[in-house]
Amino acid sequence: MTPITRIVLLLGLVLVLGGRLFSPAQAATDLAPLVAALGQGGYDQTEQAVNAITATGDSRAAPVIQALGDGDLYARKSDKSVVIARRKGSDLALTDPITGADLGTAKSSELEKVRVNNKLRRVVRSAIGTLTLMSPDRNTRLSAANAVFQARDADALEILDTAIAKETDAQVRDAMENARAAAILNSQHPEAEKIEAVQRIAALGNDDALKVLNAVQSSAQGDLRTAAAKAIAGIQRDLAFWNAGQNVLYGLSLGSVLLLAAIGLAITFGVMGVINMAHGEMVMLGAYTTYVVQEAIRTSAPGLFDYSLAIALPLAFIVAGAIGLVIERTIIRWLYGRPLETLLATWGLSLILQQAVRSIFGPNNRQVGAPAWMSGAFDVDHLTITYSRLWILVFALAVFVLLNVLLRATSFGLQMRAVTQNRRMAASMGIRTPWVDAFTFALGSGVAGIAGVALSQIDNVSPNLGQSYIIDSFMVVVFGGVGNLWGTLVGALSLGVLNKFLEPYAGAVLAKILVLVLIILFIQKRPRGLFALKGRAVEQ
Amino acid sequence: MSHFFLRALDRQASLAILALLVLAAVVPALNLLTPPGSALHLSTFTVSLFGKYLTYALLAVALNLVWGYCGILSLGHGAFFALGGYAMGMYLMRQIGSRGVYGNPLLPDFMVFLNWKTLPWFWHGFDHFWFAAIMVLLVPGLLAFVFGWFAFRSRVTGVYLSIITQALTYALLLSFFRNDMGFGGNNGLTDFKDILGFDIQSDATRSVLFAASAVALALGVLVTSAIIRSKYGKILIAVRDAESRTRFLGYRPERVKLFAFVVSACMAGVAGALYVPQVGIINPGEFAPANSIEIVIWTAVGGRATLIGPIVGALLVNAGKSFFTGWLPELWLFVLGGLFVAVTLFLPRGIIGTLAHGWSGLRQRRASSSAETGTDAEPRLPPDMPAGSKYEPAAAE
Repeated sequence: MTPITRIVLLLGLVLVLGGRLFSPAQAATDLAPLVAALGQGGYDQTEQAVNAITATGDSRAAPVIQALGDGDLYARKSDKSVVIARRKGSDLALTDPITGADLGTAKSSELEKVRVNNKLRRVVRSAIGTLTLMSPDRNTRLSAANAVFQARDADALEILDTAIAKETDAQVRDAMENARAAAILNSQHPEAEKIEAVQRIAALGNDDALKVLNAVQSSAQGDLRTAAAKAIAGIQRDLAFWNAGQNVLYGLSLGSVLLLAAIGLAITFGVMGVINMAHGEMVMLGAYTTYVVQEAIRTSAPGLFDYSLAIALPLAFIVAGAIGLVIERTIIRWLYGRPLETLLATWGLSLILQQAVRSIFGPNNRQVGAPAWMSGAFDVDHLTITYSRLWILVFALAVFVLLNVLLRATSFGLQMRAVTQNRRMAASMGIRTPWVDAFTFALGSGVAGIAGVALSQIDNVSPNLGQSYIIDSFMVVVFGGVGNLWGTLVGALSLGVLNKFLEPYAGAVLAKILVLVLIILFIQKRPRGLFALKGRAVEQ
Repeated sequence: MSHFFLRALDRQASLAILALLVLAAVVPALNLLTPPGSALHLSTFTVSLFGKYLTYALLAVALNLVWGYCGILSLGHGAFFALGGYAMGMYLMRQIGSRGVYGNPLLPDFMVFLNWKTLPWFWHGFDHFWFAAIMVLLVPGLLAFVFGWFAFRSRVTGVYLSIITQALTYALLLSFFRNDMGFGGNNGLTDFKDILGFDIQSDATRSVLFAASAVALALGVLVTSAIIRSKYGKILIAVRDAESRTRFLGYRPERVKLFAFVVSACMAGVAGALYVPQVGIINPGEFAPANSIEIVIWTAVGGRATLIGPIVGALLVNAGKSFFTGWLPELWLFVLGGLFVAVTLFLPRGIIGTLAHGWSGLRQRRASSSAETGTDAEPRLPPDMPAGSKYEPAAAE
């Protein structure tokens, strides 16, 4: 940078800083002739005017230039003054470009648009970048730096250098340095400096960097070209890695949904051997319980909304569990030993429950809101994780752990396992097997109910909610192996991940079909699932 | 061979077949030969409606062959029905020719709409009726063969088999919804014009389709009866009641089951093929798992492992469905759901099965003979077991 340009820039800086101190009216008078020059006609004159405005460095000129780029800047035919006009009804609403004052409305025939061509648009973009790089607002500077990065405008280099020197915020400075590197690649700077810039951009490792480097690779020669090619290969490797990470993450998220839907079934089907086709409806009932709780909170105690899920959880468990208990006592206990009949009877139950919910709540989707702590998302490097998905994953694992503890460490779990392994012996030891049956079934149904609370956050709450999960849940349990909660965990997560890895290649529907076909083939190979029971329990 | 079929004609089968043949002659006559105002006249709508019920009955008969007599509860028979229907639909689609909305002589409308230039390979040949007729049998049969060969060979039985048959029809449902499958996607195949050169809307064609459905159903009864009364049928029933024991006796249960499964799938395909021209549309909804389960309930209501039970069940349930959905649509799912529960709890033999059981019990008592004369064709239902015997081998499985 020559001393002279430095002085010019410093002067510009003084102007910018000084401008702040002046009253708006005075700033307006300073800018006014420059802005008025925008309406003189010809592209060249407009470009000169834009450059002149840019040279003032007054950030309040940015909206004017922006309006020019958007095609909202007009010259009034009567007095040749420049105005910003936006459509309002059949007329155009006018505002003063500098003060923002309302100037009434005008017919479009009274105005003449300040026309822009592509060359001028480029000038406008960099002008905005330049003006906003000096903005007192941190976010404006940040987005300005990113805009310069996108535009790769070599003309912005000087103002960038000034801005970097003045910048105090580390993140903004970083973005500016990146923008500077991108601009250098588009300038006449020496090759060594450019290679350095390539390395800086390569470190970004995202799609934008890839775009910049591809442009370099196609235009440059020699060392620079090799450096760019190397950087591109590195970035692509990184992106592939992050992509895989993203798939794993989405897969785990889908897997946790499957796990929640299937884990209740793993108890009724896996442990008890009862085919419960109404399992999906238990999930649905849980979701509707959440809806009812939220409605009650909305009408009577809006302050409790953030706790609505916590209130809904035990209620959903009780509602679904109680219905499960009734079903077991009235229907299923007559059908033990006749699995196919159980299947049919519970299917009939699912129809009745669906229609009952449809009659009470109507056939449409019900709105279930998300509490504040479940909305939003955060970034981990290149991955975006939404809180609702994360909480559901955590919740699914928590349910899994709790159930395992219940099965392994409580006397009820002990009785349950005893009845599963040898019913007659268990009965002889004084265990009331019918009650164990009833409560096991109620437990499975209740767990399905709390799964419904979680699923109401990510799925439509409608009478058909359960239908969409029932086949998937059975697939998970059958794939994971019956009689084993670990099998359900591994089955659900691996099916979720597999699904998400197939999706980019095959599309969502085909991926699902492929997974189904794979499971069908897998069951041929291992009819008892991934974690098969061994020994005497197999021959039931 | 004639011996094989002649032996099938016991009293029940002969009566059923005769009744169906009479129906095939009388109903079209009542529709075509009587003036519209007369008391004996049957409207074409009624004829088509009952024609549809007959195809459902054939579907139930097909399911009964595998579930009632072989113990394989298929929850995917709707898939075979729909595949047969699609084969027929493709033929009817090609018959439209240049009369479609876009007037393309070769491509069906939906392909023109999707901007396809050539006919996909699997659509070739469907301009011939004989080809479509072969496909109606071949496609469901082949799918059943491949699927059954894998499943039975690896001894996938009981509820596992039920669930993977359900997954099968679910996978097909999802595939047929895709536009790029080339079967009309979501909308399926419809807007048919004529069949074998006859207008598909005309009264005469409708009557003939009814008659064809009745004859097909009679054939289905004949084939089922012939199979279960042959030596092979005894093994089939043996496999149902005690698969392992049959295997130890030196038979190959997987082959026995595979044969029944394929024959049943072909019957279901024929039912689908007769169904499509009578309702005028085939779409992926026919693959829905719920449809397949409904077939099971028809069979269960009428009485599985009885010759005419599935027919009675299909007619009753579907007539009830037409009645309720017209009268109180809200109530129908309650009724259907209640039917599932009530039949499994209180009427495990179904209507015909219970009647036959009561009748033979009565006769036995009258003859005061203690000799065991249990017929093979009746499923050996477990007694109302106490919960304590849950993990005994389940006889009904």
